Amino acid sequence: MATILYFARLGEQLKTSSEQISLDDMSTVRLLVDHLQDRGEPWSSEFESGRVLVAVNQEMSGFDSHIKESDEIAFFPPVTGG
Amino acid sequence: MSRVCVQQEDFDVSRELQAICDGRTDIGATVTFVGLVRDLNLDDSVSAMTLQHYPGMTEKALHKIVSEASQRWEVQDATVIHRVGELSPSDQIVLVCIASSHRQDAFDACSFIMDYLKTRAPFWKKEMLKDGSSRWVDARESDDHAADRWKE
Repeated sequence: MATILYFARLGEQLKTSSEQISLDDMSTVRLLVDHLQDRGEPWSSEFESGRVLVAVNQEMSGFDSHIKESDEIAFFPPVTGG
Repeated sequence: MSRVCVQQEDFDVSRELQAICDGRTDIGATVTFVGLVRDLNLDDSVSAMTLQHYPGMTEKALHKIVSEASQRWEVQDATVIHRVGELSPSDQIVLVCIASSHRQDAFDACSFIMDYLKTRAPFWKKEMLKDGSSRWVDARESDDHAADRWKE
């Protein structure tokens, strides 16, 4: 199982901040996102916006990054600290 | 040598500066940046602000930014403190304190750390407005441009 986290506006829109997902044959972030979008609204449009960033094991990553069970994969909007 | 801290509590600038310089005679310059909560954003009156972050990744990201600055400039010591949770207008949000033997290194390292922090450290601001509504703050393109200028 992989841990999936959602932060800030994204977490609010999806009404969840974390979940466990069995990745099966989802070997990249892109495939995981496809799977999440298949859930329908609001998932499909939230991930469609093109303004979602991803971190794999707490490192900024890209949608082509490889993922595996036991990874911590976080999705969030562009950051606004400082 | 550097210290990174993500905390709810306020910080004392002079105490942090003292901590960096204490017992050292090789520091020629310190540069300190303090970010504050503004009461006006996009023409709306902001009554309070909540800062969310990604515990674990935030600290790692800040350490990485400080370490990158230390590779580019002579940084003898650095302290970065970022507050999270509930904040009010005029509250201090962020502190970057740099010690170097030369002022230009201290200025540049401080500026670089703030520019990178604003585009790479996982913090998100939510503003509470005076009319009772709230909204997540949008990322600014100008912050991306500011960070881009450090690319070699």
